[in-house]
Formats: sequence, C-alpha cells, structure tokens
Amino acid sequence: MTTAAKSPLSQPPALHEVVSHFDVESVRADFPILQLRAHGHPLVYLDNAATAQKPRAVIDAIVRYYETENANIHRGVHYLSERATEEYETARKVVQQFLHAARPSEIIFVRSATEAINLVAQTYGRVHVGANDEVLITAMEHHSNIVPWQLLCEERQARLKVAPINDRGELILEEFERLLGSRTRIVAVAHVSNALGTINPLQSIITMAHARNVPVLVDGAQAAPRMPVNVSDLDCDFYAFSGHKTYGPTGIGVLYGRQSLLEAMPPYQGGGDMISSVTFEKTIFNKVPHKFEAGTPDMSGAVGLRAAVEYLNRVGMKNIAAYEHELLAYATEAVSAIPGVRIIGTAKNKTGVLSFVMAGVHPHDIGTILDQEGIAIRTGHHCAQPVMERLGVDATARASFALYNTKQEIDSLVRGIQKVREVFS
Amino acid sequence: MADLRDLYQELILEHSKAPRNYRELNRPDHKAEGYNPLCGDRFTVYVNMDGDSIRDVSFQGSGCAISKASASMMTQSLKGKTKAEADALFNDFHQVVTGRASNNGDHPDLGKLAVFSGVSEFPARVKCATLAWHTLQAALEGKQEASSE
Repeated sequence: MTTAAKSPLSQPPALHEVVSHFDVESVRADFPILQLRAHGHPLVYLDNAATAQKPRAVIDAIVRYYETENANIHRGVHYLSERATEEYETARKVVQQFLHAARPSEIIFVRSATEAINLVAQTYGRVHVGANDEVLITAMEHHSNIVPWQLLCEERQARLKVAPINDRGELILEEFERLLGSRTRIVAVAHVSNALGTINPLQSIITMAHARNVPVLVDGAQAAPRMPVNVSDLDCDFYAFSGHKTYGPTGIGVLYGRQSLLEAMPPYQGGGDMISSVTFEKTIFNKVPHKFEAGTPDMSGAVGLRAAVEYLNRVGMKNIAAYEHELLAYATEAVSAIPGVRIIGTAKNKTGVLSFVMAGVHPHDIGTILDQEGIAIRTGHHCAQPVMERLGVDATARASFALYNTKQEIDSLVRGIQKVREVFS
Repeated sequence: MADLRDLYQELILEHSKAPRNYRELNRPDHKAEGYNPLCGDRFTVYVNMDGDSIRDVSFQGSGCAISKASASMMTQSLKGKTKAEADALFNDFHQVVTGRASNNGDHPDLGKLAVFSGVSEFPARVKCATLAWHTLQAALEGKQEASSE
C-alpha cells in the first residue's frame, strides 16, 4: 500500500562497494568469539538459528553508549539525555530503512520477536477477534507464533486454524486459501521456518489474505538475518524480528506495524513514555510508536541493534543471502551423502537451516559427540513441536548457518557426523 | 578433557540398541510417564508389586542412548527390591552421575550401574540418565507424570 522511502541512509555505505564479492575471512575477523576453541578444537558455531554471534562493531557500540551517551531518553533537558534520545531515535530510523518501512513511527522497539507477536495478539487481537472468529497460522510455526494466538483464542472464545504443510515441509497454499474464511480476523505466518528453513510464499499469502481484508503478521525472526526484507513491497501489516538473531544484542526486538493499524490499536502496557498526559480521571496516550513503548526502553540494545544493521548493510543482505544459499547447498549435498542420514525439511525454497536425523542415533547423542569436536548444533524439537509431529520425528539435529560460516566448517560437521557413526557402529 | 568413550561405554551402547524389559505390563499396579521437555525424551514406566517388593518393572518410549540404556539397566537392577531400596539405589546412582561420589567404590551396591559414572563429565546429559528413575519414583508415589526438568 506504500512504497519504500528512499533516503540517503537506505543506501549501503561505501564499504558495500569494497566488499563486492563475499570475503568470509574478513567477515570472520569481525567476530571476536570465533577465535575461541571448544573442547580443544576450533569453535564451529552452527547454532545461528538459536542466536547469532556479535561483530566487534556491535560490542563496541554498546560500550561506547555506556561510556559516553547513557541517560534516560525523551525527558531530560540535559546534554546526555538529548544525545541518548538522538541515538535511540536514529536506531529506529536505521531499522526503518533496513525493513523499507514508510515511516520511523512504524518501528516499535520491544524485547524480542516473541514480545512483538504478543503485542499484536493482545492489542489488535483483543479488539478484532471475538467469539467464533478465527486466527489462521501454519503448521510450521515456532511456539512463539502459536501460543500467543492460543491464549487470545481461549480468552475470546475464538478458534485457531492451522494451514497444513506437505512432507517436504512446504505450506500447501490451496489449503491455506481454503482456510481463509469469513471469520478469519488475522493471519500469522513465519517468513522462514526455524526448524526446517522453509521460506514461505509471503507474496501469495498476503495477496490471498488482503483479498479478504485480513491483515497478515509475519514472524521474521529467521528471515531478517538472512535475506533482504522489504515490508512495503511485501505489503504485510506487521513484521516481527529479534535483535539477537540478527547479530545484535539480546533484550531487543522489533515490531513493524502499518501506521493506520498502529494508530487504531489500544496500548500494550501502561507506564511512563507511552502517555502524553495523566490525571487520575483520564490518561491521554502518546503518539505511535511511543504509545507502545511503556517504561524506559532498552536504549543500549537499540544502539547495538543499529550497529548490527549497519554492519549487515555494509556486507550487503543480497551478498549474505547468496552466500548462505551456497553454504546450505554445499552442506545439504555433503550431509545427505552420509549413509543413514535423512534431511528433514526439503522445501524447494529454503535457507539457512539443515535439520537431519540419523538411523539408530538420537539427535541428543549426535549433539554431544559433535560438541566434543567443538561443533555447536541444536538438538531437540526447536520450539516447534507440532511441525516435528507432522513430519513424524521426535527431534532433529539442526545445523544453522550464518554469514561467517565456511565450507571448511561444514567439512568438520561431516567428519563429526562420521564420528557419530563410528561410536554407534 | 572428557572422553566420549567414558560416556558411551560398550554396555551403555549395547543396552540402548537392545533395551531389556522393553514392553508394556498388563494391568500394572503403577504406571507413570516421564518427559524431558528439553530434548523430547519420553518414557512410560510400568511396575507390578508383590507386597512391598517390586515384582516386575518395564518401560517403553523414545529417547537418546543414555536415557534408554539407563531405563533398561534400571529395570534389570530393581526386581525384588523394596521401594526404600529402590530409593536408596537412585540416590547412589544420582550421586555417581552428578560426580558427587568421590569414586565408584563409594557405592558398591550400584553394580553395573556404575558404568554411568562417565555421565558426570557431561552435565547436559545428567537429566537423560535420571529420567527413567524420576519416572519410576513418580509411578511408585502414585503420580501420573514425571519430568527431569
């Protein structure tokens, strides 16, 4: 409904030209933690879908904030408070341009992607979802895009509808469209599945929902670090992502919301900063986005997130997407060639995540043996139990990639999996 | 550095591949389900009593090598024991897998269960080794569910 704002900040800074092709070794040098050894081996960090490591630029920005800028924002008349306010609001603009949102006021800082989804469920949801209404999600959602809607549906006596996936872990679009009914009040869908790596066909999903005047919330926790995101082109109504999975600090997340929807929504929490005047008789709420940011926000988190986004802009999200695609293709071929290994989630369109199981070996044992080789992966249900059940597995081992991973590290993973086979032979 | 062979001892691997007493009991006196939400391990433990003694104990479910072998060897070691003896054995076992026993000789009654002492080098796996035991305790105490979280 709107087009992306073109301002100077949306242009990647000069380094983008310098790093025209992807130089993983120079990227690795930016991440201090990658120098660590684990159990006597070089750390091979393949748990990026859980949280990403932080570049020096992010760590430095947080230190600089606390050493030279810290004060409470939006209220002080003094020098430091003005600086801190400017830093915080600049972070909002940088995130706006990262998502290609039309206005900075459409960017709300929250604690996490989880909180962003809860915010929408508890504000937009409580106003618009009533008895016998429906909320439509998909079978591949993370628990954070299931449970907030379950809570809402229980409270409002509404129904949670779940669009099914096929055996490859892809949304069945015809079924999704069939479930979009006259009672559907909101659609909530992952951009990228955290357990399988499937990229959802958002354009089709959003077009189908909007044709029935149903707004769409996108859980972008796994997509924001991995591919360019343009909320204006997507025309989604809400987009949530997390700071810490996007190479920023923990404790901060982002909710993008369409301005007209945000203005009509009631506040989420009450407190300072979200008001323009308070008497015991009546409180006048502040404008968006401040209406949704009660209390002192995570100022250093916003500063750190800005540094992360600027870092990603310098490397270039297109470069990152292309490089991670190459890593995933390499890993998929190498891992699926190991006898007894089966890849879970084989969508045609996928990114960043390689979930697998091994005949006769539980994922937890795979995780322990790889850990002894210095290789960090996630094992278990990945906070997505329903999708595990749908695909007939109790748990998987999951390697998830980031811009600093290398093909050599994937070779280490393959050797680690072969060691698992030796132990269990 | 911890050695994988300390954790994955031959006896443990063997029990994980061919678990003993892996069956449902008909009309058990006690039954409980144990669940580790962290990794999704899930076992049901069945018990039949003979007075105060455990006459038969069995299990079913899915889990990692450590949790399955532990469940298997637990069932072998409990037949004929009273609830108090079973509790005491779990207490000794727990001390060994958490590394609180100075050496295996501290708990001579453990017998083959001492093979799990390597778990103490892998703190993330202690809950795997104890899941079946927690489930057994829940069953004997008349609870439906146990969790090793």
